[in-house]
Amino acid sequence: MHMNILSCTAAELGEAIREGRTDAMEAMRAVLEQIDKTEEEYHCYVTLDREGALERAARVQRRIEAGELTGPLAGVPMAVKDNLCTAGMRTTCASRMLENFVPSYTAEALLNLERAGAVLIGKTNMDEFAMGSTTETSYFGVTRNPENTEHVPGGSSGGSAAAVAGKECFFALGSDTGGSIRQPASYCGVVGMKPTYGTVSRYGLIAYGSSLDQIGPLTKDVRDCAVVLEAMASHDEKDSTSVKREDMDFTAGLLEDVEGMRIGIPRDYFGEGISDEVKCAVLGAAECLREQGALVEEFDLSLTEYAIPAYYTIAAAEASSNLERFDGVKYGYRAPGEEGLHAMYKRTRSEGFGPEVKRRIMLGSFVLSSGYYDAYYLKALRVKNLIKQAFDKAFSRFDVILGPVAPATAPRLGESLGDPLKMYLGDIYTIAVNLAGLPAISLPCGRDGRGLPIGLQLIGDCFQEKTLLRAAYTWEQRAKSTSGRAVSRPGGLAE
Amino acid sequence: MRGNMGKEYETVIGLEVHVELATRTKIFCGCSTAFGGAPNTHTCPVCAGMPGALPVLNRRVVEYAMAVGLALNCDIVRDCKFDRKNYFYPDNPQNYQISQLYLPICRDGFVEIETAGGSRRVGIHEIHMEEDAGKLIHDEWEDCSLVDYNRSGVPLIEIVSRPDLRSAEEVMAYLEQLRLTIQYLGASDCKLQEGSMRADVNLSVRETGASEFGTRTEMKNLNSFRSVRRAIENERERQIDLLEAGEEVVQETRRWDDERECSYPMRSKEDARDYRYFPDPDLPPVYISQGWLEEIRDRQPELPWEKRKRYGEEYGIPDNDIEIITGSRRLAELFEGASALCGQPKKVSNWLMVETQRLLKEQGMEPEDIRFSPEHLAGLVKLAEKGEINSTVAKEVFQAMFDRDVDPESYVEEQGLRTVNDEGALKKTVEEVIAANPRSVEDYRNGKEKAMGFLVGQTMKAMKGKADPGSVNRLLKELLQHWKMD
Amino acid sequence: MEKTITDETIEYVSILAKLTLSGEEREQVKRDMGRMLSYIDKLGELDTSGVEPMSHVFPTVNVFREDVVTNGDDSKNMLKNAPGEKDNMFMAPRTFE
Repeated sequence: MHMNILSCTAAELGEAIREGRTDAMEAMRAVLEQIDKTEEEYHCYVTLDREGALERAARVQRRIEAGELTGPLAGVPMAVKDNLCTAGMRTTCASRMLENFVPSYTAEALLNLERAGAVLIGKTNMDEFAMGSTTETSYFGVTRNPENTEHVPGGSSGGSAAAVAGKECFFALGSDTGGSIRQPASYCGVVGMKPTYGTVSRYGLIAYGSSLDQIGPLTKDVRDCAVVLEAMASHDEKDSTSVKREDMDFTAGLLEDVEGMRIGIPRDYFGEGISDEVKCAVLGAAECLREQGALVEEFDLSLTEYAIPAYYTIAAAEASSNLERFDGVKYGYRAPGEEGLHAMYKRTRSEGFGPEVKRRIMLGSFVLSSGYYDAYYLKALRVKNLIKQAFDKAFSRFDVILGPVAPATAPRLGESLGDPLKMYLGDIYTIAVNLAGLPAISLPCGRDGRGLPIGLQLIGDCFQEKTLLRAAYTWEQRAKSTSGRAVSRPGGLAE
Repeated sequence: MRGNMGKEYETVIGLEVHVELATRTKIFCGCSTAFGGAPNTHTCPVCAGMPGALPVLNRRVVEYAMAVGLALNCDIVRDCKFDRKNYFYPDNPQNYQISQLYLPICRDGFVEIETAGGSRRVGIHEIHMEEDAGKLIHDEWEDCSLVDYNRSGVPLIEIVSRPDLRSAEEVMAYLEQLRLTIQYLGASDCKLQEGSMRADVNLSVRETGASEFGTRTEMKNLNSFRSVRRAIENERERQIDLLEAGEEVVQETRRWDDERECSYPMRSKEDARDYRYFPDPDLPPVYISQGWLEEIRDRQPELPWEKRKRYGEEYGIPDNDIEIITGSRRLAELFEGASALCGQPKKVSNWLMVETQRLLKEQGMEPEDIRFSPEHLAGLVKLAEKGEINSTVAKEVFQAMFDRDVDPESYVEEQGLRTVNDEGALKKTVEEVIAANPRSVEDYRNGKEKAMGFLVGQTMKAMKGKADPGSVNRLLKELLQHWKMD
Repeated sequence: MEKTITDETIEYVSILAKLTLSGEEREQVKRDMGRMLSYIDKLGELDTSGVEPMSHVFPTVNVFREDVVTNGDDSKNMLKNAPGEKDNMFMAPRTFE
């Protein structure tokens, strides 16, 4: 073994496998060894399939050697959030409700990656049914942040982010309904992207908020992010909201060049509630991009404070309907011993779902109920329209919107759950992106005083992932070359 | 209807008719809609409500719904959407049904019906598309319900009438007209018994002359035209009895029990009837362009009332025949096809009116189940017309055609049924019959006309039915005139 | 001013949502729902008259499949997950009277 496999990015590993410097099984064994060392502490995975993973790696290796698999991800071990269906492997959504559910079909996004030769290790932990921001609502216990195990990894794709950060995989898939990829990526110091709505098929993703959900990658760097997205994005006839795109050559965006790129900094994202350290790091990144030739300007995005109430209304309403199918009849948990139909439904769902899920189902059922639909649900859809218009206006002036991912770095375990509303408010910078269907990327931009990673968020107009990747790649290259040097003080936004 | 207290009551009825569309696949997935599969063998993650599955709309469903809407004089809603109707029940695998509430595909149409009281227009409030539920089977042994999702996701349209109907007769005429129209369109086979057409009846009563509607009930589980009629009569009486007793009609859904011929409320504390409809985020809206609409309009077949008018002008067959033949798409197809081939509409009509109806009745079949082709019917008419078979043989051939759709030409050939036109052979047989039946010959000479019938019968029998009865008659008369009794 | 959610509302919504909430959990949900709804009321500050409710973010229309049978029989796999199964059917509590 001449190389340190675990320190490779997915793209580097793929290249090494193609060139015969290592192989898919060696890579898988390296990852499984790392898992043996750290998993007990981190708990990134809900389901690990060690034997199956090695068998899959062996099969892929044979196909690489036969010249059938030549792509950049052939032989690269991956982790998948446990709300993506995997044929023959249990898919739990980190819920008691689906503790023993084994689908007979695989999510389209994952199928695409498997066709490209990526090898599944197992299923990662998450907030139950993707409802939460800390991965603490999982039925299977919390995941710890590898950067500091006293802290949460964020959520809901916390297991995926932690697995990438803790080198328990080379890349992972997550889903993002209101920030569930970007925020844990930010907390764990990795790269995470939510693509434009419709870019990655939702077929096989167990729905939370159907109009907001989008699958995306969590990776070690920006290159991997582009490579993984390119492999999993597709137009899928099984998903009616899947978009036909001609421009899915995302790796073409990996250019170190922001000359003339117009970057807008929404003042609304730097107001009350944001920590100084986050603000400083994010504006430092903006300054760096300006130095690289970007035209950076502040502006008022507007409506920011309305995104959270609109989002929670819409997401809860859709969730209340999406989660009706879990009733103890066809699959999943059924409360034992109940005779009557409705009694069985009620006990099954009350025992099968955790408190956060029930809270959102109750809220969602209420806002759709007779007499409240117009005042709450339709109102929220109207506000969504206004928010979309605000972004349209912003993108007539800017190519990219730059801001923080979250107001603060990862909280300590157990700190957040007591006050749901406060937890929801933490999603303020990520949520509007889902309402408007936009692509956004989260990438590391420094650390706070406790050494916890800070995330930078770049938001693009619909279908402008390549522009985002270009800005992100440029920042990442600059940050690498100046690492160890203090990030320069931000120029603007002195209040 | 008159109550005990001498008050006159009027019945006000609106119908919600569900029709299963004749697509090959379900509304949102590629599963077959075929009847008769073993339980759950026509299911997939989509129609069994598995997590992560997503619906994709079947184009044919939209086209059938448009066709029905156009035939029922509706406005087609150019931007229509699907909504989720949320309610828990085991036959509803997602626990929401994908339906249309806010923007249904058709609105504001009407149907013309004929009743004893004359012609009337029944308003159509709307038509929407939705998915059917699965089937529940009660298992006595385990005392539980078993669920089969083969029907889950079969496309339906729901045709909602205005409360324009006033009697069971009008309801029957309305249902019959819907059934016929939709069958003509090929959009459904509309069989009430098999559940491909189902009617829920909304009914209220009010004193004649009142301007306000009374409180209505909704009656479900009506599996035949007969049960619709019985349920209407029963519910009307029940409501009048309540009013006469000074009680109030409760707005509720009731279930009709066909065996006991009564209904009972379906309400329970757990049915809040608050469906929390909202636009389905998994399905983009449907936009019907002018071009698409015209395409469907151009493809519309000739409808029953149009056919009736044309038949009267074109074929010169009796009104009663027109009524019966246009009363079934299959009969009309057979009639037009066979008439075009043989040029004998009256003869064709005759076969369809007499022998066909007799056999249908005898075998308990619907006209739509007829197997024989217009080509074969035309062939039969031609054979009879050319005198190649006589009418008795023709009936025999028809029976075989009806049962197995045989080709009359080859059937007659194989069975050796062709009429014998050999004058010499026939004459010889007639002479033998006369010689063998002196008593009848005597009777005939003494003026007993009945004896002639007997002699014709004996000759036909000896010819194994293959003689032309006209020739037999003629020859008998000729020979009997010159016959010398021994 | 925070919204107060009554016991009747909780009862009604739990019938719709098919959930049983009791004791502490019920009180917690009452409080949280009240707070969330008061917070959502913030939307009322925005004038949305003349603004269309936006359920789909893209103006995509007419996504269809053709009427062709594509699915075979997968019932064995699906029924493997059923909490109760008999004769290739899903077993549910009695629905008939």
